[in-house]
Amino acid sequence: MTVLLEMNAIQKAFNGVPALSGASVEIERGEVHALIGQNGAGKSTMIKVLTGVYRRDDGKITFNGHDSVLTNPREAQAAGIATIYQELTLVPLRSVTENVMMGYEPKRFGAFIDWPAAHARTREILTRFGIDIDVKMPLGSYSTAIQQLVAIARAVSLDAKLVIMDEPTSSLDSSEVKTLFGVVRSLREAGVSVLYVSHFLDELFEICDRVTTMRDGKTVGCARLAETTKLDLIAGMLGRDTSEITEAGMTEFGGGTAKKGDILLEAKDVATGPRLTKFNMTLHRGEIVGLGGLLGAGRTEAARALFGVDPLRRGTISLKGAPAPSQPANAITAGLGYLTEDRKAEGIIPDMSVRENMTLALLPRMTKGGQIDRARERKIVQHYIDALGIKTADMEQPIRELSGGNQQKVLLARWLAIEPDILILDEPTRGVDVGAKREIQLIIRNFVDRGYSVVLISSEFEELVEGADRIVVLNEGRCITELTNPGVTEHKLVQALAQTSEASA
Amino acid sequence: MSTTITETRRKSVRQLVHGHGGIVALLAILLFNMAFTPNFLQLQTLFVNISQVATIAIVAMGMTLVIATGGIDLSVGAIMALAGALAPLIFLSEFGAANPALGVTLAIALPMLVAIACGLFNGIMVAKLNVQPIIATLILFISGRGIAQVLTNGNLQTFTNPHFSYLGTGKVLGLPFQGWLAIGIAIFLYFIISRTTFGRYVLAIGGNERAAQLSGGPVALVKIGVYMICGALAGLAGLIVVAINSASDAARNGSLMELDAIAAAVVGGALLQGGRAPIFGAILGAVIIQLVKYTLLANGVQDEVALIAKAGIILVAVYVQQARKE
Ligand SMILES: Nc1ncnc2c1ncn2[C@@H]1O[C@H](COP(=O)(O)OP(=O)(O)OP(=O)(O)O)[C@@H](O)[C@H]1O
Ligand SMILES: [Mg+2]
Repeated sequence: MTVLLEMNAIQKAFNGVPALSGASVEIERGEVHALIGQNGAGKSTMIKVLTGVYRRDDGKITFNGHDSVLTNPREAQAAGIATIYQELTLVPLRSVTENVMMGYEPKRFGAFIDWPAAHARTREILTRFGIDIDVKMPLGSYSTAIQQLVAIARAVSLDAKLVIMDEPTSSLDSSEVKTLFGVVRSLREAGVSVLYVSHFLDELFEICDRVTTMRDGKTVGCARLAETTKLDLIAGMLGRDTSEITEAGMTEFGGGTAKKGDILLEAKDVATGPRLTKFNMTLHRGEIVGLGGLLGAGRTEAARALFGVDPLRRGTISLKGAPAPSQPANAITAGLGYLTEDRKAEGIIPDMSVRENMTLALLPRMTKGGQIDRARERKIVQHYIDALGIKTADMEQPIRELSGGNQQKVLLARWLAIEPDILILDEPTRGVDVGAKREIQLIIRNFVDRGYSVVLISSEFEELVEGADRIVVLNEGRCITELTNPGVTEHKLVQALAQTSEASA
Repeated sequence: MSTTITETRRKSVRQLVHGHGGIVALLAILLFNMAFTPNFLQLQTLFVNISQVATIAIVAMGMTLVIATGGIDLSVGAIMALAGALAPLIFLSEFGAANPALGVTLAIALPMLVAIACGLFNGIMVAKLNVQPIIATLILFISGRGIAQVLTNGNLQTFTNPHFSYLGTGKVLGLPFQGWLAIGIAIFLYFIISRTTFGRYVLAIGGNERAAQLSGGPVALVKIGVYMICGALAGLAGLIVVAINSASDAARNGSLMELDAIAAAVVGGALLQGGRAPIFGAILGAVIIQLVKYTLLANGVQDEVALIAKAGIILVAVYVQQARKE
């Protein structure tokens, strides 16, 4: 095999703070190469240096036998590097076809876009991923998972030498992940290299050949996956000895321990639209209820209904015996919090600081004589930065400059800070590293142990099965069955899902 | 090694120009005037400019707030005309003549209320009925001036009322009253933006409206609020213009002011997609716009050409903003 890409001793600092200090990676042709590291280790920065989004301060990049001096992502694409960035960069208001074909539209008479051909080509590309959707609809009308698959499909269709995927599976469930792996394997067979960033270490052993580990902006190791263990990888990422880390219980949850208190939240036959037609759930004090289901099952829609975002068409929701509030602002006052699934579109306010982002939901309760109580604000923010180990230069740094996993922690803190009775968490550990994931799960568990309750949505079955006391299983907008811990296994959940999708097929 | 040093230096110069592009532009205009414009360095010139700048700045600050939420307000010029037309009607009325003190008070208060009501109308159209801001405010842009002209039968209203005229001709510590007023408003708005929940929500809505809504932000109320503030400031500016001239001309009061205000806000650093509210930037922008107007006028350039120059300034300001984003 020959080397396709070599990045050597890369340096990159932002406003004097180094993000990369001597990072290196080497990828062979036809290799699936993993890049791992804790949140903020510099993985995404490394990729953006490669594709010309950022200019490196120092270091050498050789791509396809030539010195690479890419200065913008378009050049990277032309050179044969297709990238799926961590934060989706598609245009939600444009149709699926426009997004997939952007810049490569089939033309008629050399000038006019041949729409029928474009739609057909898009359908063909998406079929490889088993996605069957109306390509003329705006992309934003589909779920995050579909959007992510569309981004991947676009990148793969570009006929590249190197495909970069920055956390491609963070919003996919297991069946979609399988589809993706199939595509990755066929890319490898076609001699295309793949750079694969992920916090799901088990995945790496399934499809990657080699893995490069980063820590604090440096490369600390490169190994064949066949010759390493998960424990070694974690030790390398954290910079600790393997003996210090026990692998037992990769999630910090322990479901099924809750003593049921009184009923806090109850949904009866709730419908909000075509994607949520019959949703039933009860949530007791001190309990974690999981929502299980496949893509499009209506989990996020259920969360939105509970938080009063989407108006109810049918059914009732009661909160502590009273009718549930019908506006997010009222829901917050009534003691609800809702961590949304889509970090970029519904979570962060990019130009605002970490501090301002974190206290956004708390704002009404943080005033003194009409003014924001700034001393208290700083105290609260500092508390959560320490408690969640948020890696930020200081609390005034704009949130868009934080790494993806650290942005997620800030948003979690936004909701913990209002100290709600009920937290609705849609993919709470999306994009956070193994260590932080356990910490967050521990925080959720502690929160529940203090007598509060959680509605948990996660496309990671492990997290759901180990975390939830009960799992309400949804399919195509309807509640199908309910599984109760202890005794739920991933296998049982998968079975329940398989049966329901068969029954409805 | 030496290349990296020159590179960093070049970069820092560029950052300097980007961060303070407005101030650099201001200095350039001042230097140009000192060199070429006759009688530029005279107190009279300063007074004329301050009294002109104040009205642009007051309107531009309101515009900055609206733009910060991702909106725009085209109706400010029309609101100026409306408020300006109402004031003389009130203090020249029989009631106003009989009770001079009350007359002047009402002549300020009532037009302000009407201006605020206009802002309320804009705000409700945008926030409750989800009409695009540019369309929603077009309604009053078109009809507001029309109403003002109907109210005055299309006549020029002239008057002598020293109390009312103080708004536009009074002096405090030797400088025009409306200049102080503009500075006072700027300090007040700066405080609102940086220290209150309302201000925080304004920026949050412009930065990511859905996130603000889902975090419990009163999006509709805040939007209505900024349009009302913008309306109020436009009304005040309309009164000042009438006071300066001791005459109200509904056809010309505030004409094209929406363009000046938007230009001043953008030159001052407001982002049209929202999320930033540089209040003092708006004042700087207003000073630049006014000085460019003055420079061209003083050097005998025609009005029409001056318009083109203003368009050029907006273009440059937007270009600098785009470059800064990367
Ligand atoms: N534009 C920027 N301005 C300032 N700092 C930045 C910028 N982009 C990244 N950083 C900093 O560089 C460091 C590395 O970030 P990066 O996004 O590469 O991490 P990552 O390894 O991808 O983490 P994650 O797993 O959370 O996605 C972080 O400390 C981050 O705050
Ligand atoms: Mg990243």
